[in-house]
Amino acid sequence: MASDNSFIVKITAPDRLFYSGNADMIELTTTEGQIGVYKGHIPLTAVIAPGTVRIYETEGQVKSAALISGFVEILQDKVEILAEDILWPDEIDVKRAEEARIRAERRIAEKATDTNLARAELALKKAVVRIETVKGE
Amino acid sequence: MASMRDIKRRKTSIQSTQQITKAMKLVSTVKLQRAKTAAERSKTYFNEMYATVSSILKRSSNISHPYLNSTGSDKKAVIVVTSNRGLAGGYNSNVIKLVTNDDRFAPDNTYIHAIGKKGRDALFRKGYKIAADYTEVINAPLYKDAVEISNKLLSEYKNGEIGEIYLAYTVFKNTVSQVPRMIKLLPVDLDTAKDVKDIEDGNDSSSRAIMNFEPEEDEALELIIPKYVTSLIHGAMIEAVASENGARMQAMDNATSNAEDMIQSLELGYNRARQAHITQELTEIIGGAEALS
Repeated sequence: MASDNSFIVKITAPDRLFYSGNADMIELTTTEGQIGVYKGHIPLTAVIAPGTVRIYETEGQVKSAALISGFVEILQDKVEILAEDILWPDEIDVKRAEEARIRAERRIAEKATDTNLARAELALKKAVVRIETVKGE
Repeated sequence: MASMRDIKRRKTSIQSTQQITKAMKLVSTVKLQRAKTAAERSKTYFNEMYATVSSILKRSSNISHPYLNSTGSDKKAVIVVTSNRGLAGGYNSNVIKLVTNDDRFAPDNTYIHAIGKKGRDALFRKGYKIAADYTEVINAPLYKDAVEISNKLLSEYKNGEIGEIYLAYTVFKNTVSQVPRMIKLLPVDLDTAKDVKDIEDGNDSSSRAIMNFEPEEDEALELIIPKYVTSLIHGAMIEAVASENGARMQAMDNATSNAEDMIQSLELGYNRARQAHITQELTEIIGGAEALS
């Protein structure tokens, strides 16, 4: 059963309810840096930066997913993530992610124009996060 | 009176039309089920999005951000969500009328971003400028498509090329009722968003009152508003698909029962004609026999 330190985690993607359950802790990356959230966190809305989200479930399991963009709303006993782009490790195609990483690195090396550079960096980050999420499993 | 053969031919032709409409009805019923679940799922995402955006805006009422104040350009962009195929009753023309009957949208300063072939063609004929065409998208709307569309519009908006962005689509109320609606995307106008959201949670305002933001409100606004616009566009596409299939299902249901009525009256006419034919033959035989005797 749910222990005293657990809180509700709900992750909503545009086309599905991605995850819903009880957790003791959740780790995620925001634009301001990585944060870990326990029960009783001050209410906070933060914008997500690409990173692996780890849910430490009450039952002892740890679930991770590659979260690319969206934002999170943290309340005392509830964490709600609105994810624009999120995948479970088994949904990630590592080969494709590797290729995307190499492509992005090439584009950065070729010194593209400003907007393209920002785009390439984002693509690189996305690929790296996905690869790491799979490897972390 | 039409001959027996003519009536029979007409009846067969109507029967085969009826078979087509019946099949189309079944197909859209199945598609509707799928589209309906998708619409419900995307609604939770949008409702959450709305709650967050409104709580940010409530507390940052005095900041002036380009997303909240018009950039001054009088050019307007309208995203028109229609279907690629017809035979869906008034579904497409209702959405098109939203644009053509509105005085705010004069053909010379309105740019149409068409999602769906029917809306594109009809508005093009009426002299509107088609700025972008996403005809393929409506077949299977993805979130990625919504991102692409909103990025394009937002950059035009930021550059001052367009001053206002609207969205015309059909709200899926239930299987028998679909309502065309025009909403304003930018500058953000929370009243219209409230209109879109089903009023359900009144207890949220208290728990959100002491919310902190990271980064600061105005920076968060800069990042969240594009996501908000994207979620609206995505939600509209998903709902439009459900509405299209609902409208088509109804239209085809009506067509099938109309065909049934026509077949019945033709059947009656056919039987009368047959009866008349037999009577006539009989009188001829009797007349002939009398003449012989």
